[in-house]
Amino acid sequence: MKKIYGSAAEALEGVLSDGMLIAAGGFGLCGIPELLLSAIRDAGTKNLTFASNNAGVDDFGIGILLQTKQVKKMISSYVGENKEFMRQYLGGELELEFNPQGTLAERMRAGGAGIPGFYTKTGVGTVIAEGKEHKDFDGETYILERGIVADLAIVKAWKADDTGNLVFRKTARNFNPPAAMCGKICIAEVEEIVPRGSLDGDAIHLPGIYVHRIIQGDHEKRIEQRTVRTA
Amino acid sequence: MAWDRNQMAARAAQELQDGWYVNLGIGIPTLVSNYIPEGMDVTLQSENGMLGMGAFPIEGEEDADLINAGKQTITELDRTSYFDSATSFGMIRGGKIAMAILGAMEVAENGDLANWMIPGKLVKGMGGAMDLVAGVGRVIVVMDHASKSGDSKVLKECTLPLTGKAVVDRIITNLGVLDVVEGGLRIVECADGVTEEELRAATEATIV
Repeated sequence: MKKIYGSAAEALEGVLSDGMLIAAGGFGLCGIPELLLSAIRDAGTKNLTFASNNAGVDDFGIGILLQTKQVKKMISSYVGENKEFMRQYLGGELELEFNPQGTLAERMRAGGAGIPGFYTKTGVGTVIAEGKEHKDFDGETYILERGIVADLAIVKAWKADDTGNLVFRKTARNFNPPAAMCGKICIAEVEEIVPRGSLDGDAIHLPGIYVHRIIQGDHEKRIEQRTVRTA
Repeated sequence: MAWDRNQMAARAAQELQDGWYVNLGIGIPTLVSNYIPEGMDVTLQSENGMLGMGAFPIEGEEDADLINAGKQTITELDRTSYFDSATSFGMIRGGKIAMAILGAMEVAENGDLANWMIPGKLVKGMGGAMDLVAGVGRVIVVMDHASKSGDSKVLKECTLPLTGKAVVDRIITNLGVLDVVEGGLRIVECADGVTEEELRAATEATIV
């Protein structure tokens, strides 16, 4: 089966539908599927729910889909870098479900691993725990969190082979593997597609079983907080 | 007299122990990395998926794929390892990280911590803070003792939405160091030039 597609738009063909839940990889602007997000904007798909740690900035990442009002709801841990997000949220135009960062990552991992729910002590005694089942284990209280299964996962990797095995680079790995795992369909955009056999099987970060479509493209890879020291 | 930001960070660095894996929050906690004692082996975790965080890069060597949890460009060390977010918070919730040093908006005498939200005003999100305070071995808070309007941030009860319930072990402020103990807070030390009376007067929480 051929997994390689010619462009982000081609890879998304037949996959998008209004109201769908999309899990997106990335942390801040690092390791985000920027080409697929642009193609989703161009496709005009509406009422989207995104499970994504952040919401991008105003003109990059998921932020570009906020500007076009294509997003109905965000499931995120931190949205502080996006003014348009704040405006829409405080104006009641956008739903927001805050998840602690580790809970969000585990919800994705669990959803992809066939685990519908798990207990965690993160958030016990806070607003996050309200309305959730509490259970004691060994004298400590935990809350029940649900696994996420997304209609579509979009991720960014450094390299892929043509079977979909992925390798990430440095901290750009972040949410990409768990996001990929929880998608019914996963599309990966990469900087380079290499022939099978050229990646070390012992050094694959995400096996190709999780990846259904692959595109290669040029990435802007914008830096959010350029911080340097004097030499 | 009291401690400035760098002196607070230097005091917080005294909490480090050889061989520890530690997570530093944004703000003053980030400065703690400048004061790790010479020869002490401390590995810094960045919850976006890295152990062994290095300094900021020199100009021209910034790498878009290499950032810390504050989204700042950083560098790697010879010991660095990378992993995904689920693995990262697995080691946090799993108690593998010995200590987290975090900023705060409010701390209460029972160890309650509020540092993520001001209703109606500031809606940014908790990021990884709730996971950190729930999972790491020891939680140190570093913050100014009072708000800009002069109100104590060391309280009997937090007024803001909590990040964690009864999670703080030690509070380091510009005025001194306090431990959360049975019945309230215990003064560990006063900052340079601060008397115990001044520290007590500036603190709303019960001091035992």
